[in-house]
Amino acid sequence: MNKRSTTLMTALVFGFAFLYVPILSMIVFSFNESRLVTVWGGFSFKWYGQLMNNGPMLDAAVLSLKIAAVTACGATVIGTLAGLVLARFGRFRSRTIFSGMVTAPLVMPEVITGLSLLLLFVAFADLPFVPNERGFSTIAIAHITLTLSYVTVVVQSRLSTMDDSLEEAAMDLGARPAKVFFAITLPIIAPAMISGWLLAFTLSLDDLVIATFTAGPATNTLPMMIFSTVRRGITPEINALATIMVAIVTLFVAIAGISMSRQEKRRQRDVQMAIAANK
Amino acid sequence: MSKPSYVLLGERLAMGVGQLFTTLSKSPPYRWSSGVLRRFGVTGRTTVIAIPWIWLLLFFLIPFVIVLKISFAETRWLGTPPYTPLIEHVNNQYQLRLNTGNYWFLLKESLYFEAFLSSLRVASISTIFCLLLGYPMAYAIARADTSWRNILLMLVILPFWTSFLLRVYAWIGLLGNNGVINRMLISIGIIDEPIIMLQTDFAMYIGIVYSYLPFMILPLYANLEKHDLSLIEAAVDLGCKPWKAFLKITLPLSMPGVIAGSMLVFIPAVGEFVIPRMLGGTDSLMIGRVLWDEFFSNRNWPVASAVAVALLIVLVIPIMVFQRFQAREVGAAR
Repeated sequence: MNKRSTTLMTALVFGFAFLYVPILSMIVFSFNESRLVTVWGGFSFKWYGQLMNNGPMLDAAVLSLKIAAVTACGATVIGTLAGLVLARFGRFRSRTIFSGMVTAPLVMPEVITGLSLLLLFVAFADLPFVPNERGFSTIAIAHITLTLSYVTVVVQSRLSTMDDSLEEAAMDLGARPAKVFFAITLPIIAPAMISGWLLAFTLSLDDLVIATFTAGPATNTLPMMIFSTVRRGITPEINALATIMVAIVTLFVAIAGISMSRQEKRRQRDVQMAIAANK
Repeated sequence: MSKPSYVLLGERLAMGVGQLFTTLSKSPPYRWSSGVLRRFGVTGRTTVIAIPWIWLLLFFLIPFVIVLKISFAETRWLGTPPYTPLIEHVNNQYQLRLNTGNYWFLLKESLYFEAFLSSLRVASISTIFCLLLGYPMAYAIARADTSWRNILLMLVILPFWTSFLLRVYAWIGLLGNNGVINRMLISIGIIDEPIIMLQTDFAMYIGIVYSYLPFMILPLYANLEKHDLSLIEAAVDLGCKPWKAFLKITLPLSMPGVIAGSMLVFIPAVGEFVIPRMLGGTDSLMIGRVLWDEFFSNRNWPVASAVAVALLIVLVIPIMVFQRFQAREVGAAR
């Protein structure tokens, strides 16, 4: 028994070291005075200063944040509807193809999704309501399509762990379906929708391949800027950027994690109290 | 009892919208129009189904049809779009011209065939390494104390939330000739000359396993966490050795998790572009990279489309396997 737990501990330590050493090395070298990325030349904030003066990089970051915000909102709305349909609507005629279309983007290689969406935008460029300039809107549409599956999976699994007796009770008492959704279902799936929103936001912020396909020649998102900078050689500025992003994400995930686990505990306590009260 | 502020806000908003909906639904114009719509089969239920359906139809299914169409077109080197139309209007009649040349080109040029084979090989080997590293980790997390479990799980998910591109980039600094690992090994005295790791297949495998490891651990954990431990206890009480109990009970029970995780790693890894481009050598043949170069460097859209169609045909069986297990996993939670 003891030998086994040592093996498991080793696996955990090794695995986490593998996951975290690259991130830690970026953080450490972002404070490096030396231009050489791997030689320690003393502590300095100069790469952060240089990053703040890098206009094109900042523009790209702002554009990426805007696209990510639009994507996250769109994907949350459509993805939640899809999750609701899959978890609560039972059988309908086109269910198989629908659930296939929802889960396929999870694993579809990005080059295929990117190429196919670009060809769609090119093929229908002449129709009305289709943006003729590729850029913000085409990238956002592509990202919503990519990320709504993640929202669907999160919302669907939240709904399937919760039994639908509350909703049925409300229906029996004469509430209309829309009212049931807003008064009962929505508050219950709100945490799942928030994590879905965050997931869609980060995935959009991070995507290089699909954005490169669907962007016009004048559009540069943050990952596209990073990619072209890295191709010219490594620079400590990118380390500084990475450190800022890691710090923000850690903060957000920590806050979300703590508040969600608190809420879950509260919910479980409420359920237990309700059961106790009914005895 | 206080709720987090965003939940309160969400509930307020939801109630407001609900109230608005109730008021609207009592107004004559709404009732009249919904009556008309219902006659044509448009109800609240069909609308809810229709919104995601139409979105996915427009931006997921139809694009594939267009890729398929363009893969049968001919390349037109000058002009936009750089491919010929399939249906031509000649002498007052429409002619359909299917050009299978792009597919023959893929079959004839050994480059494409080798790229496919090598992508499948790289993806399989990476999946196996992810499994070898991820299974013990998922197992350890699933069997850890409840207080530790959430923290460990968060630690697995956290890298996933930080930029994938930047995490791959970090390995350039670690693996380079002047990188952290080589410097460390030289200063300890294990090696005299730096080992060339960057721009090799080794670096590419490291990058893929590193990036996709969380995708392996999470479904495995979700599966292993649900196991009924009394089965193992019973087996051990009856004289079964722990490793045998693992092989006979835990491993077979965890197969859905193994398959879901493997598909989540294998399928995207086959078409991976960024990691081979950043860490692999210039001669690393990956089909995602071939498609990218065909499209962006050669501007040969029909051949790029044919590569995409061929890649999709190769992946259709793994994708269907994944979907079956995905549906079963989510459905089983009910």
